[in-house]
Amino acid sequence: MSLFETHQQLISPSATNGSVPVGTPAIEFQDVELAFDDQIVLDKVSFTVPKGVTKIVLGSSGSGKSTIINLILGLVRPDAGRILIAGEDITPFDDMDLMRIRKRIGMVFQEGALFDSLSVYENVAYRLDEQGVDEDEVEHEVMRMLRFVDLEDAVDKMPIELSGGMRRRVGIARALVGNPDIVLFDEPTAGLDPPTARTICELAIKLRDLEDVSSIFVTHEMNNLEYLSSDYAVLDREGNVHFEQEGNNLCMLNTEVMMLREGVIIFSGSEDELKATRDPYIRRFITGK
Amino acid sequence: MSFIIQFLTELQEVGNLLWRCIKGLKKKPRYFGEIMRQMDLIGVGSLGICVLTGFFTGGVLVLQVYPTLDYYGATSNAGQGVATGLIRELGPVLTALMVAGRVGSAISAELGSMVVSQQIDAMRALGTSPARKLVTPRIIALIITLPLLTIAADMFGLIGGGLLANYLHSLDPNIYISSVRTGTHVEDLLASILKPMVFGLIIGVISCYKGLQTTGGTVGVGISVTKAVVTSSIYVIIADFFLSKVLQSAFSGTMF
Ligand SMILES: Nc1ncnc2c1ncn2[C@@H]1O[C@H](COP(=O)(O)OP(=O)(O)OP(=O)(O)O)[C@@H](O)[C@H]1O
Ligand SMILES: [Mg+2]
Repeated sequence: MSLFETHQQLISPSATNGSVPVGTPAIEFQDVELAFDDQIVLDKVSFTVPKGVTKIVLGSSGSGKSTIINLILGLVRPDAGRILIAGEDITPFDDMDLMRIRKRIGMVFQEGALFDSLSVYENVAYRLDEQGVDEDEVEHEVMRMLRFVDLEDAVDKMPIELSGGMRRRVGIARALVGNPDIVLFDEPTAGLDPPTARTICELAIKLRDLEDVSSIFVTHEMNNLEYLSSDYAVLDREGNVHFEQEGNNLCMLNTEVMMLREGVIIFSGSEDELKATRDPYIRRFITGK
Repeated sequence: MSFIIQFLTELQEVGNLLWRCIKGLKKKPRYFGEIMRQMDLIGVGSLGICVLTGFFTGGVLVLQVYPTLDYYGATSNAGQGVATGLIRELGPVLTALMVAGRVGSAISAELGSMVVSQQIDAMRALGTSPARKLVTPRIIALIITLPLLTIAADMFGLIGGGLLANYLHSLDPNIYISSVRTGTHVEDLLASILKPMVFGLIIGVISCYKGLQTTGGTVGVGISVTKAVVTSSIYVIIADFFLSKVLQSAFSGTMF
């Protein structure tokens, strides 16, 4: 299907060069520490996101989930520890080096963070416009992305005219333009109706299973966790995407779960392991009582 | 003491922002379209208030100075008085203050709300430097348009003074004009272009900096706007004093 055409020329050369050894995680945190004033936000956080894997990050409000994502983008600098993106330590990077890293990362912000002064089209086209890609190519890519999130009709609207869910989907389209190989979702389904939330999870599943994208998916919602860890996407002969349920004979290897509590990782493993845990805090988080 | 430390830290950060903008000038893309758009918003948009300010300032100068001149029998010098006051001081300073109020507030509010709605983060995440995309075009637009606005304000001030002198005191317009011409020196004209350029830089850097420093949601935006307008107005007035001194010494050839 047209969605998965590859546009190699849109990606910076460094994103596609083969010099990174096989098996290098897409994202790696090594003992990362961060404090704002005297409040410790992250305390010796270490984890890896292998290539092609979706890491679901759970945790209550204020536990440091968005902070982790901001660290990956270099929007916030750690006080101690190392952050590696595709094997490259970004902690000593200056703004120019970070720009190079950010080119291969797509980010879906918690509140959408669309540019108010730009139309939907210009929002989605933003990254390509900045890179000076020629107009026909930009238009093709933008329309492809808007079809992907099912918002072709809204192309000329301004963000202010959109509903919350539409804004979020435009944010996703903007993040995916240029085929980034890492995508960060910060609570992409918060405040959306169940079918729209499901659609967004399906987008993430498609990226994971068909595009080999590595991602971090921050969420509060248990049904997101359910979808992401039990459904997978396959292409049939005609090239249509189907979603299938994880059966007994199939074990999802490309989804991991991690839970934060006040800046400390208190759980890391698969969804089944999470459900089987005896920890009262985690039990309360997943069952809500 | 902590006040001094705070001032120095802020100065360093403002300097940093400015340095990033200057460094960014060498690189592409250069956002000419954005500079044009800002010049339209800032320059054309502020023309009305600057012209009005100039016009009435010229008028009030004549109003206040004329009786004194009359006392000494020197009413034919009225034009000179208006020209000196306006072109040297009031034109540049009042225009800068009006622009600080109108444009400084708009800039800091816009950037501030972009910060609180994470649009600045989004911009950086998409690989654009906010300093180059947002700050540089605004500063350049201010540096270019503020001198032009000042000239417009000066022009209308002179006209306002002349009209008032003619209307209230029946001063012959020809006398007024020739007096304006004797009262206007090349140095004054140069200064009235140089000063606004510096003021434009001050207003631009401070407003952008305060906007980008916004924290704490929509309330924070309000605070940033207040700080931007107050701080840039104060620095315009302080800078005006030192610039006047430096220019005066430079033109009279007796530096210090
Ligand atoms: N710029 C900042 N200055 C000071 N403290 C901050 C800042 N950003 C985040 N924090 C603090 O860091 C902690 C973690 O914040 P973070 O945004 O990562 O939480 P979160 O897990 O994403 O929460 P939520 O689910 O509500 O989005 C919070 O206690 C917050 O108060
Ligand atoms: Mg968050």
